[in-house]
Amino acid sequence: MTTVIPVEKKVLNENQRIAGELRKRFEEQHVLCLNLISAPGSGKTTLLEKTLSCFQKKEKVAVLTGDLQTENDARRLAVYGFPVQQIVTGSVCHLDGKMIERALGTWDLAALDLLLIENVGNLVCPSSYDLGEAAKIVLLSVTEGEDKPLKYPSIFVKADVMVITKIDLLPHVSLNLELMKANAQHVHPGIEIIELSCKTGDGLDVWLAWLERRRDSVRERLLCARS
Amino acid sequence: MHEVGIANEILRAGQIEAARRPGARLVAVKVRIGVLAGVDNDALRFAWEVLSQPAEGIAPRLDIEIVPRRNCCEACGAKFFSDVLGEDCPDCSSRNSRLCGGDELQLASVEVEE
Repeated sequence: MTTVIPVEKKVLNENQRIAGELRKRFEEQHVLCLNLISAPGSGKTTLLEKTLSCFQKKEKVAVLTGDLQTENDARRLAVYGFPVQQIVTGSVCHLDGKMIERALGTWDLAALDLLLIENVGNLVCPSSYDLGEAAKIVLLSVTEGEDKPLKYPSIFVKADVMVITKIDLLPHVSLNLELMKANAQHVHPGIEIIELSCKTGDGLDVWLAWLERRRDSVRERLLCARS
Repeated sequence: MHEVGIANEILRAGQIEAARRPGARLVAVKVRIGVLAGVDNDALRFAWEVLSQPAEGIAPRLDIEIVPRRNCCEACGAKFFSDVLGEDCPDCSSRNSRLCGGDELQLASVEVEE
């Protein structure tokens, strides 16, 4: 005799549990954790380089960066003097909660107020794995085509903000920028959109201001908690 | 792309549920997968075939229920299935809706033989 037993659990329940613990830790320690996701080569590392180069040395910022192989990104990012750790996933196409938990290992979260996570370059799988972040940020470069938000909607639905990178290349590509933005709005009405070029610096101020606003909201909560 | 890992998770979760009933054999696992979950169902079935083979006996079945994209109307709160983005709300015709489902990856039930 066979019996059907209802279960109704998330398949990635274990990851969800770890992500929940991480989120609690980040919130308790007042750390803003952001998860940067894009296809390979959209400019995540370059945006992080520019971002770190704009921070003063006293800023309490750290970076975790994921790749299948090599420690190249960590080397590139370490020159700015902030704690950086590479997560080499081997063959795994995304970061998961356990990898973050392990990488944070000995880091004192109380000494941080911003943790930037650079996910493995992949527009699909990372969107399924919660890392306990406060927000996901999706990057899309102007060379990737305007239809990506429609083709890979999951990440565009889950991201708070879409950063359009490499806008200095616009004169050289046949991209319809307005259509790219409209497609993102189509799958995620109200998604914030920032356009920038790390090469010319155009739009970086808008990105940094967005980052500051998010950091301010965490700082305000910290002040409230102390008062 | 990570279907092998997901198949493994499903199998493990199914075995844990089945093990709650001593002597029961896992016959099937039913999962509910949203079209936005980023899972390739053919790749998942293939991974399942490989991973679920027991040393002896019959391998458990994997039943997949595909869940369509769901929209929620911001104006009246109605929920409706839609494969088309930006479709009008069937209840109030508002164009102002957002995606509110279709990315689930849910273990729905397990079937055991006792």
